[in-house]
Amino acid sequence: MSVLAQIFRPGMRHALPILVFLLGGFAAPLLAVIAFSFVPSRTFSLWSDWSFDNYVEIFNSSSYITFVWSLGLAAATVAILAVICYPVAFGLTRVFGRYATLITLLFTLPLFVSENVRLYGWILIFIKNGVLLGTLKSLFGWEPESIVFTHGLTLMGMVYVYLPFMLFPTTLGVSMVPQQTRDAAFDLGASRWQVFREIDLPLAMPGIVIGFLLTFVLAVGAIAEAKVLGGQQIIPITHDIEIAFTYAQNWPLGAALSVLLMLVVGTLVLIVLRRFDLDAILGRR
Amino acid sequence: MTGRPPILQLRNLTKVFGTFTAVNDVNLDIEEGEFFTIVGPSGSGKTTLLRMLTGMEFATSGDILLRGTRINDLPANKRPTCMVFQSLALFPHRTVGQNIEFSLKIKGIDPATRKRRALELMRQLRLPEDYYGKNVTKCSGGERQRVALARALAYEPDILFFDEPLSAIDYKLRKTLEKELKDIHRETGKTFIYITHSLEEAMVMSDRIGVMRAGRLVQVGSPQEIYSAPQTKFVSEFIGDVNVIAVTANGAGGVHAAEFGVSFKAPPAPAGFSAGHLVVRPESLRFVAGRSEAENVLEGRVYNEYALGSRIQYQVRVGEHVFIVEKLRQQAFGGHRDDAVLIGWDASDSILVTD
Repeated sequence: MSVLAQIFRPGMRHALPILVFLLGGFAAPLLAVIAFSFVPSRTFSLWSDWSFDNYVEIFNSSSYITFVWSLGLAAATVAILAVICYPVAFGLTRVFGRYATLITLLFTLPLFVSENVRLYGWILIFIKNGVLLGTLKSLFGWEPESIVFTHGLTLMGMVYVYLPFMLFPTTLGVSMVPQQTRDAAFDLGASRWQVFREIDLPLAMPGIVIGFLLTFVLAVGAIAEAKVLGGQQIIPITHDIEIAFTYAQNWPLGAALSVLLMLVVGTLVLIVLRRFDLDAILGRR
Repeated sequence: MTGRPPILQLRNLTKVFGTFTAVNDVNLDIEEGEFFTIVGPSGSGKTTLLRMLTGMEFATSGDILLRGTRINDLPANKRPTCMVFQSLALFPHRTVGQNIEFSLKIKGIDPATRKRRALELMRQLRLPEDYYGKNVTKCSGGERQRVALARALAYEPDILFFDEPLSAIDYKLRKTLEKELKDIHRETGKTFIYITHSLEEAMVMSDRIGVMRAGRLVQVGSPQEIYSAPQTKFVSEFIGDVNVIAVTANGAGGVHAAEFGVSFKAPPAPAGFSAGHLVVRPESLRFVAGRSEAENVLEGRVYNEYALGSRIQYQVRVGEHVFIVEKLRQQAFGGHRDDAVLIGWDASDSILVTD
């Protein structure tokens, strides 16, 4: 079969529209960003002398601090969410059985409201004389310091925003653990803790890992929480990228930062996927 | 019975869920080394009873005694008993070897000893040695069955429970595994308590059978006793196709069947018998040429015949009542559909049962 005939097989022909769509809408912008990261600073043409200058500039600056903040916040968010979501998912599965995953979808309802609006809602709760502090003051005459614009509140905001993305896959994972395997392990002498470690956790792992990846990738790209709740106490990498593309009008620098972020996140995701071999775990069912 | 000491004793064991009594006042002694099968239709309480015996459910009242010690409140992981689940409940993320070794790992036994024991059990259950590292989900139905059994045996339980583990397996393999299980029972000498809804399965394997109905243990006996001397209509019908005729005592040592307006000669009635059913097995009914050839004779018409492998079954209608007659193929009845026939049986071939 010639190459042309290969391309015009029926399967290929039918895949063409989506292929064109993906190339134009997904691959091309990504390639443009990567290309821009190699052009000279503050220029807007792709056809100039390509170099690594932007990357050198980043490594000579203090941008790594924002990198660390973003990755650290994302890691902390994922860790806190794992601790919160597993028991919730376990409880939901126990109470609602196979409808648990449907119930979990209710947790996504807040996503219908703009993230900024929801975050400003938290400001109203935590600001001085706001819902929480105002109530404490009028009822008990107690006036604690406001916690808005702190690191802690930024983290809380991220945990709040990304909860559904962790809870849904975790519930899916937990609901895939057959009750009889727990019973069997218990019957074979395992304690509750041993059942959890030997049966529950490994069998729910595919769902938990998907939750990890989903929330981590989203949380690394978070920007609104630090802006709204953190009051610029924390500068995440996304903020640097935004500044480079807007106020600074330095697209090549922004592009280089974006590429670095993609590299770091991509590497971490690959490491995790390699470690857990999702295909093998899921394929066995 | 042989008078071996009982390993398990149930005393007035009862389990109530809300207003529903799942297990009602069960009393039973199970002997050491016995293969005991509890059989009953779905919803008869047999699974609840088993869950109480394994410690996954706790009794509402009554006692469970293991070698004379009350174990009612001991949870499953503290009981020296083990169960093979209906779904087998193998650990899909573990290999055959890791599944079998699970309880040994929990006990903290070193890997070398664990492996030796696992391979020993695999040999005993005719699993190839190279299956040790095989993914358990890649095993066939029969192999998974053996892995589940090996995993339970590795726990070295005093009693091994089975919750219908063969119910999802095709007929031919099930027949093989039933016999294999009985052989393993013999080889290990352990007490097996088995649950099934199939009396046929129970007959093949068991030393004794207990029949459950609506939470109660209605009859306990050897397969032979259950088959030849059922005490109730329920037990007699549970075995399979039987002919049941509603009768009352006629005061002259026989019984009267209002349906046919005749009296039948019957076996000696249980004390105080006034009304019940006369049970005649399909193979005990025969086609006769004249009324003198059997103690009880009815006239009917052949409605249909069915070839059941080695046997042929006939449906004979006497009025509205359908009788089932079974003959071995070589003794096949030469008649045809709608032929008028006489069917008969002797009193000694029939059984009188209560409701």
